[in-house]
Amino acid sequence: MTNTPAIELRNITKRFGNVCANNNISLSVQKGEILSLLGENGSGKTTLMNMISGIYFPDEGEIIIGGEEVVIRSPKDAFDYKIGMIHQHFKLVDVFTAAENIVLGLNGEGKFNINQVSRNVAEISSKYGFEIDPNKKIYEMSVSEKQTVEIIKVLYRGADILILDEPTAVLTPQETEKLFAVLRRMRDDGKAIIIITHKLHEVLAISDRVTVLRKGEYIDTVKTSETDEMALTEMMVGKKVSLNIDRSEPKNTEERLLVEHIDCLSREGVKLLDDVSFTARSGEILGIAGIAGSGQRELLEAIAGLQHLEEGRIIYIDPTTKQEEDLKDKTPLQIRNMGVRLSFVPEDRLGMGLVGNMDIVDNMMLRSYTKGNSAFLQRKEPKDLAERVIKQLGVVTPGASTPVRRLSGGNVQKVLVGREIASSPTVLMAAYPVRGLDINSSYMIYNLLNEQKEKGVAVIFVGEDLDVLLELSDRILVIGGGKVTGIVDARTTTKEEIGLLMTKAKGGEANDK
Amino acid sequence: MTNNAVKHSEPLLRVSKRAEVVWWKGWIIRGISIVLALIACAFIIVLLTGQNPIEVYGALIKGSFGSSRKVWIMLQNLAMLLCVSLAVTPAFKMRFWNIGAEGQVLMGCLATSVCMIYLGDKLPIGLLIPIMLIASVLAGVIWAVIPAIFNANWKTNETLFTLMMNYVATQLVAFCIVFWENPLGSNTVGVINSSTQGGWLPVIFGQKYLLNILVVAALTVGLYIYLKYSKQGYEISVVGESVNTAKYVGINVKKVIIRTMAISGAICGVAGLLLVSGTDHTISTTTVGGMGFTAIMVSWLAKFNPALMTLTSFLIVFLDRGASEIATAFRLNESVADILTGVILFFIIGSEFFVNYKLNLRKKHNQGNLSASAKEGK
Amino acid sequence: MGILASIVFFIKQSIIQGIPLLYGSTGEIITEKSGNLNLGIPGIMYMGGISGVIGGYFYERSTDNPNAFLAIFITFMSAIVGSALLALIYSFLTITLHANQNVTGLTLTTFGVGIGNFFGGSLTKLFGEGGSISLMFTGNAFKATLPFASKLGLFGELFLSYGFLAYLAVIIAIISSIILTKTRVGLNLRAVGENPATADAAGINVTLYKYVATCIGGAIAGLGGLYFIMDYTGGSWTNGGFGDRGWLAIALVIFALWKPKHSIWGSFLFGGLYIVYLYIPGLGRSSQEIFKMLPYVVTLVVLVLTSMRKKREYQPPESLGTTYFREER
Repeated sequence: MTNTPAIELRNITKRFGNVCANNNISLSVQKGEILSLLGENGSGKTTLMNMISGIYFPDEGEIIIGGEEVVIRSPKDAFDYKIGMIHQHFKLVDVFTAAENIVLGLNGEGKFNINQVSRNVAEISSKYGFEIDPNKKIYEMSVSEKQTVEIIKVLYRGADILILDEPTAVLTPQETEKLFAVLRRMRDDGKAIIIITHKLHEVLAISDRVTVLRKGEYIDTVKTSETDEMALTEMMVGKKVSLNIDRSEPKNTEERLLVEHIDCLSREGVKLLDDVSFTARSGEILGIAGIAGSGQRELLEAIAGLQHLEEGRIIYIDPTTKQEEDLKDKTPLQIRNMGVRLSFVPEDRLGMGLVGNMDIVDNMMLRSYTKGNSAFLQRKEPKDLAERVIKQLGVVTPGASTPVRRLSGGNVQKVLVGREIASSPTVLMAAYPVRGLDINSSYMIYNLLNEQKEKGVAVIFVGEDLDVLLELSDRILVIGGGKVTGIVDARTTTKEEIGLLMTKAKGGEANDK
Repeated sequence: MTNNAVKHSEPLLRVSKRAEVVWWKGWIIRGISIVLALIACAFIIVLLTGQNPIEVYGALIKGSFGSSRKVWIMLQNLAMLLCVSLAVTPAFKMRFWNIGAEGQVLMGCLATSVCMIYLGDKLPIGLLIPIMLIASVLAGVIWAVIPAIFNANWKTNETLFTLMMNYVATQLVAFCIVFWENPLGSNTVGVINSSTQGGWLPVIFGQKYLLNILVVAALTVGLYIYLKYSKQGYEISVVGESVNTAKYVGINVKKVIIRTMAISGAICGVAGLLLVSGTDHTISTTTVGGMGFTAIMVSWLAKFNPALMTLTSFLIVFLDRGASEIATAFRLNESVADILTGVILFFIIGSEFFVNYKLNLRKKHNQGNLSASAKEGK
Repeated sequence: MGILASIVFFIKQSIIQGIPLLYGSTGEIITEKSGNLNLGIPGIMYMGGISGVIGGYFYERSTDNPNAFLAIFITFMSAIVGSALLALIYSFLTITLHANQNVTGLTLTTFGVGIGNFFGGSLTKLFGEGGSISLMFTGNAFKATLPFASKLGLFGELFLSYGFLAYLAVIIAIISSIILTKTRVGLNLRAVGENPATADAAGINVTLYKYVATCIGGAIAGLGGLYFIMDYTGGSWTNGGFGDRGWLAIALVIFALWKPKHSIWGSFLFGGLYIVYLYIPGLGRSSQEIFKMLPYVVTLVVLVLTSMRKKREYQPPESLGTTYFREER
């Protein structure tokens, strides 16, 4: 009995169109064990787990549960095998209460009584130390409350095999610690747990064994006690990480963008940005670090004219005339018409930066199509630009008239960055520009950002990998819970210092150096 | 440990999205669906009448091509349906589900009728036609822009809003008909200015419908160019694909929504003018005759491409005329045309699935220890 | 007394007008709660009416001594089966074949109205009789009220003077309301309409729920057509007689904010608005047409107000009008 894995995957393969998301992957988890599934963004971790939870169906390979080969056609089947998955994007119905979400889809016996459910939920909560109001509507909840609901939902169903997809991405360190305590308790209960992550210290802190994936391929499985961060990184990225990004000393820096005490509210009235102030200088890369969802997106969007500001102002200083312009509450079009050359590579490339169904030429036009007085489009220039970008950045595509949706992630990003740089900006903002990209494409992006910096552009770079932030940026602004928790010199600071600043989100005093 | 779980087998059929379909393959699939639909229709007719199916198909073709008069009627119907389809297209391209073309055209009809009745015999035709054009376009625009304003500002559901507007328009027309009744008590308007022909669009080259057809042909070319080559057309595509992208590049989304619906409404207004002043010379609550709804089908089938829409509207008009002919030839109730059109459309709608998705049959397991272990598991 | 009597009479007529709308909107609410915007409801209501007529026609032809219960049973079942069948076509196209809901629904309306008018106009001819259909016997069976209702004065007039289908409409609406808000099935169904991906991940069979809700919704809506033909017109078919009541039922769904309990009084209100022009003295024929606009205008006002208020509970089901495909990336 002890040698039969709770769940085992053998030679699983899954393709989407021409993309092979998982190639011939095998792994297993024992009862009472926590397995980390480690890999970079886009390495196929989530796809693999979605096949266990019945969202996708494997093209090839077997799933074996308790020694028996099984077929999981739907999430319903997965529940029957006592598999529960907590997705990265919560699967909750917004207009339902916590209790309603928790019992969703269950065929309980007897009369349906939502109050009884609430009592059961309270019981589970107290057993594991969760704090939750079962009658609160989901759309009124914070992110961590929503995650709690997700976890209780799985426990309520009596899952023996739990899968958590990047559960800590949205949590504060304290919340993460609480979560880990819960996970350990569940492991001691005899549950098999798989946790998807790309954070090494978490792998080492929580798991018994680690399975590493890279670009859809299985690399290896090792015992956590017999490995260390270095070895895992090597497996994860393929070779030893020696980032070696060429960083030049900033030259002729001058103030370009002054962000002064800006506040920004969500639709529900929650403060997303709270008294944020900083200066971006020309010829310098300002890195922005923080836990995902701490206000990075809103900050860039506020500067780009996509967010309404409650308070504060954003001053742009023209490089030639030295004139000051307030960008507050201007639309992107107004900002451009004021002569501010602001480029923005947003996080959501195909949902915001580009139009997936349009070809490369038409996407090149997005920023410039209004030029000229004619009512008709001028496609000559964008076509030349498209061909230039394809050639200079090495975009792999059948041609300039291919819809960008059909390009791979890295090539999509090259098209986007290529276009944004082409307008010779004075300010360049990039949000997670290397997310999902392979190492080579990532370096290409780093070099492009450095090039822009050397040309005297004020570059603002939002990143998630601290190593990259430390080696690429000149200064690093740390944001936590919508507040600036510190601005540090990237050359002298340490990962630990930034990590500390990132996590002092709530209640902590902002100490702007 | 999983004793209580049910043992499942792999599903027999699995559906997955096609990566990309070659355009001609798509059209072959659609073609097959039409052939199957025609077979199904023949089956229905044979069931109802006991006639030879070959004769049924003969009648189908005769409906559109039986005589030169029938060809002209077919072309006229084609032109009108195409005109309304052109009208709904810009909005659809923007993913604005305007199902209120019926009402927008009807308002165009109403405005035209007002001009004909009150000004028809007072103004020279050279002055009257521009006035009618302005009035009908304005009426269509107003009817289209109201839902657009609410949608742009408060995201009011446009499908439901435009649907309701249809009936408000119908009642407005019913209201006016009572005033214009001719003869009294008939509850119809009768032919407007039947003796003086005041406000009738001129007949050119001796063909009653030729002017309508030429106007719609010009509109088709115009809209094709507008959508494909103009800056506004480009904005429509961007807003339709992604509102976020549109905002990111500084497109004023509200303005585009309202402007595009105004264009839709304007073309609807023109359709109303052509219907009343160029064709019927009268107005009733059913003047538009459901074209506002059929047009949605035409536009959607043609993937919102005005050039392809000439083909899809021909297809629908051909089937409709053919079905009417069948009804007459076999002495069936006129409504049989609706049934047959419905059946054919169901087939075409269904065929889109096979263009966009692919079916995977269950694969046999590889031989060897894997299948052996699967058996042991039992 | 005279005024009171005429008020009671007006309310009664409003209720009679409201019943088909109540069936239609209850059916459409159940359908829409599964995320399917079925614009084929007007066609389905025609289909319900004509299916009942066909069933009744065959029954009345087959026997010389028709039995009232049997006549009711046969027409009732025919109506349910006929309208559920049309809903099944819609379900197959939109759920299994992922077709566009607007396009499919509008086609279904063309098709259903076509079937209604075709068979309504030529059923007797197909069987070599000619003339229009009139099912007096079945119609009277449907219209039957409690024998003592007429003896209870205004009270009986107001509450007890309807055929059984009228009461059934209210009962179905109440049961639907309870199922939607108080049971597991209702919770699951609402989840499917709000967020099918979540429902799917929770182990709910999204496809099954959508199919069942759409078909049951269709069957209920079809009863509205049956009520109109059998009770309201007493068993005689006129082509196009049902008019635009199907669209009015869809309007009522919006007015009722997707809650069947609101549909009950809403349908009576709409019924009243639909005929109020008959009861306002001194209205010309033209102003009557303006009054017929009222239900649509009221719906528009409700639609606009709720969209402005943005209260989450008043919004349409989140996934309404979209198709769900699990492997969509």
